[in-house]
Amino acid sequence: MTILDGLSAWLSDLKAEFILNFIDKNRWEMLVEGLQTTLLIALFACLLGIAIGVLVAVVRTTWESTRLTMRRGPGRLALSLLNRVCLLYTTVIRGTPVVVQLLIMYYIIFASSNNGLMVASLAFGINSGAYVSEIIRSGILSVDKGQMEAGRSLGMTYLQTMWKIIAPQVLKNVLPTLANEFIALLKETSVAGYVAVADLTFAGNRIRGVTYSPFMPLIAVALIYLAVVMFFTWLVGKLERRLRQGDNR
Amino acid sequence: MITVKNLHKQFGNLEVLKGIDQHISPGEKVVIIGPSGSGKSTFLRCLNLLETPTSGQIFFEGTDITDPKCDINAIRRRMGMVFQQFNLFPHLTVMQNLTLAPVTTGVMDKESAARKAGQLLARVGLSDKAGAYPAQLSGGQKQRIAIVRALTMNPDVMLFDEPTSALDPEMVGEVLDVMKQLAKDGMTMVVVTHEMGFAREVGDRVLFMDEGIVMEEGTPQQIFGNPQNPRTQDFLRKVL
Repeated sequence: MTILDGLSAWLSDLKAEFILNFIDKNRWEMLVEGLQTTLLIALFACLLGIAIGVLVAVVRTTWESTRLTMRRGPGRLALSLLNRVCLLYTTVIRGTPVVVQLLIMYYIIFASSNNGLMVASLAFGINSGAYVSEIIRSGILSVDKGQMEAGRSLGMTYLQTMWKIIAPQVLKNVLPTLANEFIALLKETSVAGYVAVADLTFAGNRIRGVTYSPFMPLIAVALIYLAVVMFFTWLVGKLERRLRQGDNR
Repeated sequence: MITVKNLHKQFGNLEVLKGIDQHISPGEKVVIIGPSGSGKSTFLRCLNLLETPTSGQIFFEGTDITDPKCDINAIRRRMGMVFQQFNLFPHLTVMQNLTLAPVTTGVMDKESAARKAGQLLARVGLSDKAGAYPAQLSGGQKQRIAIVRALTMNPDVMLFDEPTSALDPEMVGEVLDVMKQLAKDGMTMVVVTHEMGFAREVGDRVLFMDEGIVMEEGTPQQIFGNPQNPRTQDFLRKVL
C-alpha cells in the first residue's frame, strides 16, 4: 500500500465522518441554531452587564469622591445605602461560580419559568455586571481628577461633566478590557447547557452523543467560537482606532 | 466683588487655612505669593468651592456661596479658573473645548459660542489651532487655550492657580502676555504665582501667605520694595 492510498483512505474516512456528523438528518442545523442561541445570550448578557456595571461603577466612584465633602441629609444616606448594595452585589457575584449562579437562578429564583434562554441571559448578565463594574470603575479612576475640576469650574454639573468629559475618556480607556470581558462572557455561556438551553456547545455535544464520533462536532464547535471571537476582536480594533483620534500628535 | 470672612480649611488634622479675611474689588488684580504649602492654592480653590471651606463665609457679588442653598454651578459660570496642569479635555478639539461649557450649561447657543470662541482665539493668536487636539499643542499654547476656555463663559472674575509653573521657561512669556492683556482690559483677577516680575507689573495688591494666613499685604512697591514682616523678607530674598 502506498502513501497515496493511505491518504485517500484517510480522506474518505474524514468525508464519511463529515457527512455523518453534519449532513445526515441536517445535523448542521443544530449547530446553527446553537450558535444563534449562544450569540443571543451573549448579546443580551453583555448589554445587561454593561448597564449594571456602569450603574454600579458610577455609584461607587461618586460615593468615594464625595463622601468626605457631601453634606449630611437624605441624599447622602441614599448614596451610602446604594454603595453598600453595590459592594454586596460585587462581593457575592465575584465570590461564587457562574454555574452555581445559573443553577440558583433556574431552579430557585425562576423555578416557575421554563424559559431557560431568558434565565441564562439574566444570570450571565448579572454575573458580567460585577466584572464590568470593576473595569469601568478603574476606567473612571484613571481619568485625571483635573478633568472633573475643569468641568465643574466651568459651571457644569457633576452629571454633565461625567457624561460629556469623563465618560468619553473612560470609554477609550476601558475598551480593550471591556472587549476582553465580552470574549470571556461569550465563552462562559457554554455552560448554559446545565439548564437545558441548547447553545452551541450543547448542540455539538448532542451531535457527538448521537453519532458516537466526538472529533468532528467538538472541533467544529471550537472553531466556531474562535471565528466569532476573532471577528469581534477585529471589530473592537476598528472602534479603538477611531476613539484614539485625539492622541495623534 | 468677593468678600472672604474668617475662612478656615482643614484636611483631616492638617489646618491649611487658619482664618483669612479679604475683600477683592471689581477690576482689582490680586497676586498671591508665598512658599509652597502656605495654603495659597487652597485659598484660591475655596473661592469657587473646588475645596469646601471648613468654616467661614465667602460672598461673591453679594451671594453667600458657602450657603448650602446657593447654586454653586450658577456661581462658577461667572468665575473662570485656570489650572497649573491646563486640564484641557484631550478627547475634544480646541474649538470643542471652548464651546462645550457655554453650550452645555445653556449660557449660549452653539453659534454664538463658536463666534465668541473664534474672536478670543484670534486675540491670543491661535485661530489656526481651532481644529487641533490638545495633544498637538505646546504647553504654552495649551495654557493660552485654557485661559480662552474660561473666558468664553464671560466670567466676572478670573482665578489663576500657578498658570506658568508647569511650563518650559521659553513658554512662560506668551502666557503672561495674555494675562497682562486681560488685566489691561479690566478683568478682575486673582493670581497665585511664582512670577515675581508679573506680580510687580500687574498686581494692584500683593498678598504674602505663609502658614495658612496672609502674613503681609500691600502694593507691589510696599511688598517688594520695603517688606515689613521677617518671613516676607526671607521669602523674597530666596526667590528674587
